[in-house]
Amino acid sequence: MILEIENMSLAYGNIEAVRGVSIKIVDGGIVALVGANGAGKSSTLNAISGLIPIKNGSIRIDGQSSAALKPHEITRRGIVQVPEGRRIFGRLSVEENLLMGAFSRTDHAAIAEDRDHMFELFPRLKERRRQVAGTLSGGEQQMVATARGLMARPRVLLMDEPSMGLAPLVVEQVFDTIQAINAAGTTVLLVEQNALMALEIAHHAYVMEHGEIVLEGPGAELAVDERVVSIYLG
Amino acid sequence: MSVQQDDLDGRLSRHLRRGIVTGAGAALIAIYLGSVGLLAMMNARPVVANVLTLAQTALLAIAFLVGLLSQRTSAKDRSPVFWTAPLAGLVAGLLAAGFASLILSINLRSIFIALTPPLARLLTFGQPGISGAGLLVAGSVVAASAGALYQRLPHKVRRLIFPAALAVLLCGMFQEFIQVILQSNALFRWFAPWFYGWDGLTARGGLTIFAIALAFAALPFLVRRPGGFAGSAGSHPWRRSAPALLVLLLLLLVPIAGGPYIAQVFLLIGLYVLMGMGLNLELGLAGLLDLGFVAFFATGAYITAILTADSPLALAHYTAVPSFPFWAAMPLAVLGAVLMGILFGIPVLGVKGDYLAVATLGLGEIVRIVVQSDAAAPILGGAQGILQIPKPQIGGFQFGSAVSLFYLTLAAAIFAAYCAWRLERSRLGRAWIALREDEDVAQAMGINLVQSKLLAYAFGAAFAGLAGSIFAVMVNSVFPSSFQLLMSINVLALIVVGGLGSLSGVVLGALVLIGLPEALREFGEFRYLFYGLALILTMRLMPEGLWPAGRRRRRIVVPATGARSAQAARP
Repeated sequence: MILEIENMSLAYGNIEAVRGVSIKIVDGGIVALVGANGAGKSSTLNAISGLIPIKNGSIRIDGQSSAALKPHEITRRGIVQVPEGRRIFGRLSVEENLLMGAFSRTDHAAIAEDRDHMFELFPRLKERRRQVAGTLSGGEQQMVATARGLMARPRVLLMDEPSMGLAPLVVEQVFDTIQAINAAGTTVLLVEQNALMALEIAHHAYVMEHGEIVLEGPGAELAVDERVVSIYLG
Repeated sequence: MSVQQDDLDGRLSRHLRRGIVTGAGAALIAIYLGSVGLLAMMNARPVVANVLTLAQTALLAIAFLVGLLSQRTSAKDRSPVFWTAPLAGLVAGLLAAGFASLILSINLRSIFIALTPPLARLLTFGQPGISGAGLLVAGSVVAASAGALYQRLPHKVRRLIFPAALAVLLCGMFQEFIQVILQSNALFRWFAPWFYGWDGLTARGGLTIFAIALAFAALPFLVRRPGGFAGSAGSHPWRRSAPALLVLLLLLLVPIAGGPYIAQVFLLIGLYVLMGMGLNLELGLAGLLDLGFVAFFATGAYITAILTADSPLALAHYTAVPSFPFWAAMPLAVLGAVLMGILFGIPVLGVKGDYLAVATLGLGEIVRIVVQSDAAAPILGGAQGILQIPKPQIGGFQFGSAVSLFYLTLAAAIFAAYCAWRLERSRLGRAWIALREDEDVAQAMGINLVQSKLLAYAFGAAFAGLAGSIFAVMVNSVFPSSFQLLMSINVLALIVVGGLGSLSGVVLGALVLIGLPEALREFGEFRYLFYGLALILTMRLMPEGLWPAGRRRRRIVVPATGARSAQAARP
């Protein structure tokens, strides 16, 4: 098991954001974590990335606790986040953004190869490789953020709300890309508000509400589960 | 029909109001400058000998600017009419003439000591009575109309005229400096009389300079004209680096020709360039605002002093450590500054933005106060400082003069610039830029936050330590009072004015902000007024700095696909 979260709690000051969450991520799948705004999904991801400290419970990478690891060390273990709202480096060019993704790697030849591969995966980015990333459209920025994450050659890609603020047509493309990435061998943990689409492509899924996991099961099953439908799809 | 008439009336009254208000504003500025005594002081400096003084230039420039401003389109006024400009000039002239006659008729000198008859004469261009007032009003109207015409000229033409006029102004204002340089060798002495008389720039010299500068400004247009040349790969980097090379050449030659005083000024500029490059790494790349930067400079200076001085406070005096030559002490001073940088960085690691500014401000002051304290006095000399620091020597040659020390500083600055240039393009440089952009994401990319930030402080401090070390030998002594907060602020201001993250910008910023106050020394305390004004104007008109970094420039230029963004890219 690459990543295992057990009984984890998170708190901002006295306010508990996440309570007793357990998530298992097996090699090779797409795991979805869905839930409404404020359910604690992004906090969970940030805790995995080491950006916020956990209060109780544990996160284990390859069976070892990550509590003592700094964010950059977690990245080096192959757990890479594509942050919410894209958060690309707006003043760097598209190409420089991709190279930032490979920051912790030193195999220069392979980095150049991966960069060319990213331009194959996202031909739009190749056209704009010298353009400053902040001037791209929302969909293109999501491409940059995803490609930047992939440049680290992650074992697990943590994707935080990749569909946020994008046009429906672009959202389709994003989800297609996620499936393509997964098919190429990268495990994906997908955090989404857009529950229906996320559940469709997920092998396994967790539903979060008010900081707790309320449902769990194969994505296809949850997608038709009455409770999910009633809570999130109204 | 009546609706149209109303609209026309409305526009008419708006234009009328605009002309009167801008004119009155200009008169107020002129009256202010006169009342504080600045005009009288500026009158002592000729721009073109016996034709135009700086004060008259300033008055004309005010009228010119008013004319220019009256023609600018704004959201409220999309189609300004031409006659607002002469109207504004007329209002300004009349008010100023009234002010002049007020000075002559009522004695206000017990309150405003600057309101003297000479000031009135200055305002009326030396002519008495009604003819002087007429001259003032006419001059004001003409200048304002000229400003309006200038504003209506095509952008390309303005780009020719402005640098040419500026060149004449600078050559006239700083004639003393230029004359010293012109006297330095026979070739210069041969053509100098054409341009300069004993009392300043001659009229024919001014015209010649205007023509030469015009030709230079036109050069890029002429070169670009023959098709295809501008696009060829070879010419492009050359043209981009040409101004930088020109500045370097100027820096190399001016101090030799200009003698000790100018060398001293350039030496000071060089030290600020060194510090600016250091702070540029911290702030320009890593985004760490540092108001305690002077602490690193002080560390470099004090370590050099302790290791090399011929004084009871030197280490060699009371320990077995031998007395160091400058060349051995300088690397240690840099190393000491680096350590100070890391020590300095640790407590403020988690602090961001405005809080970081306050925290570093405090740390910088702590360093100064500790150095000044009685507790540290047995080692660092307290307020008395450490004296008798010897000049550097190579073999028999002593870096005794300001000129030789300037070249030492220049060599250090070139080396430092090379390091800074390499750093910016390195992995570490990219990590700094990423940290500035988004700390969390940068960490998620695998960047070690603590290490990168501390390295930014360390490298920044190294540059300042080097500057401090040279400073110590320059003044032969170190005192805590040399390391005031103002120094940190100066360094910050010069890199912001020059353009954050831009190496050439640091040099230009230092020339303008450190060199200009020196050149304006005769204006005493007023020069800080100019300094402040220059700061505000730069930030208003060129918020990216005088010489923006490529990265920043690109940010504005790249989206230029439509006409609107092309306009935004215009400097």
